[in-house]
Amino acid sequence: MKATVHVMLKTGVLDPQGEAVRHALGALGFDGVNGVRQGKVIELDLAEGTSEADVTAMCEKLLANTVIESYRVEMA
Amino acid sequence: MRAAVVVFPGSNCDRDLAVAFRAAGADVTMVWHKDTSLPDGVDIVGVPGGFSFGDYLRCGAIAANSPICQSVKAHADRGGYVLGICNGFQVLTETGILPGALLRNAGLKYICKTIGLKVETAQSIYTEGYTAGDVIDIPIAHHDGNYFADQTTLETLIGEDRVAFSYTDNPNGSLRDIAGILSSNRRVLGMMPHPERAADTGHGGTDGQALFRAIAGQLTTV
Repeated sequence: MKATVHVMLKTGVLDPQGEAVRHALGALGFDGVNGVRQGKVIELDLAEGTSEADVTAMCEKLLANTVIESYRVEMA
Repeated sequence: MRAAVVVFPGSNCDRDLAVAFRAAGADVTMVWHKDTSLPDGVDIVGVPGGFSFGDYLRCGAIAANSPICQSVKAHADRGGYVLGICNGFQVLTETGILPGALLRNAGLKYICKTIGLKVETAQSIYTEGYTAGDVIDIPIAHHDGNYFADQTTLETLIGEDRVAFSYTDNPNGSLRDIAGILSSNRRVLGMMPHPERAADTGHGGTDGQALFRAIAGQLTTV
């Protein structure tokens, strides 16, 4: 049983890394990129019976800092 | 004054902080991150700079969930003094003891240099050795020192005179040039610059000495 957690900086929080990637893409000649936001993907290998609510609690407690980040949980 | 300095795997300013506390007259005990309690009678806890747990996940995130941090939080909750410097400031925001968060520097680069720091308030045991408006020279050394908080939090910090220090020439993109903030009871200070690296003539600067002397002066008379 697996879960995938996507963590992104919240809208409105400056993402200097995404901005640097956007500049680099422009320098490579990719003109069509208006914005880049960079986040992280965390894959969890879970014991049977672990609920989505458990994963949400993990996000709230550790995996995301909800002051600056939002998260999305996908259970598979 | 009894001080405890927390040591995480990857802390690298723990001994510098202990030296600065001792030079001000404190009795210092080092506490390991796996310890579950602080030594009896500790007045102030120092959370040092460094790269706790390799900055994995987010700076300070793993450290904030270590056993000792439960005790540090309990100490702060009952009105104890806590000084978090650099990575220590990141740990204090991750525990929720201080509001906001520290993002990657706006210029993406790790910055290690001495900067001008404006003392915004003298109303705390940490800053009463200065005069509000003083500009002091203190080194910074960080990659993630870009202070962020939502608008309401920023207004609260400013309205309650809880910005302790601000940058005279913002090096990292921090909102409102914030370099250090106080808790609502003014007993917890988190700051990115390193006063313990400007606390001895051998450091090339001594502008940080007043901070440690002020703490010692207050806590020894209590």
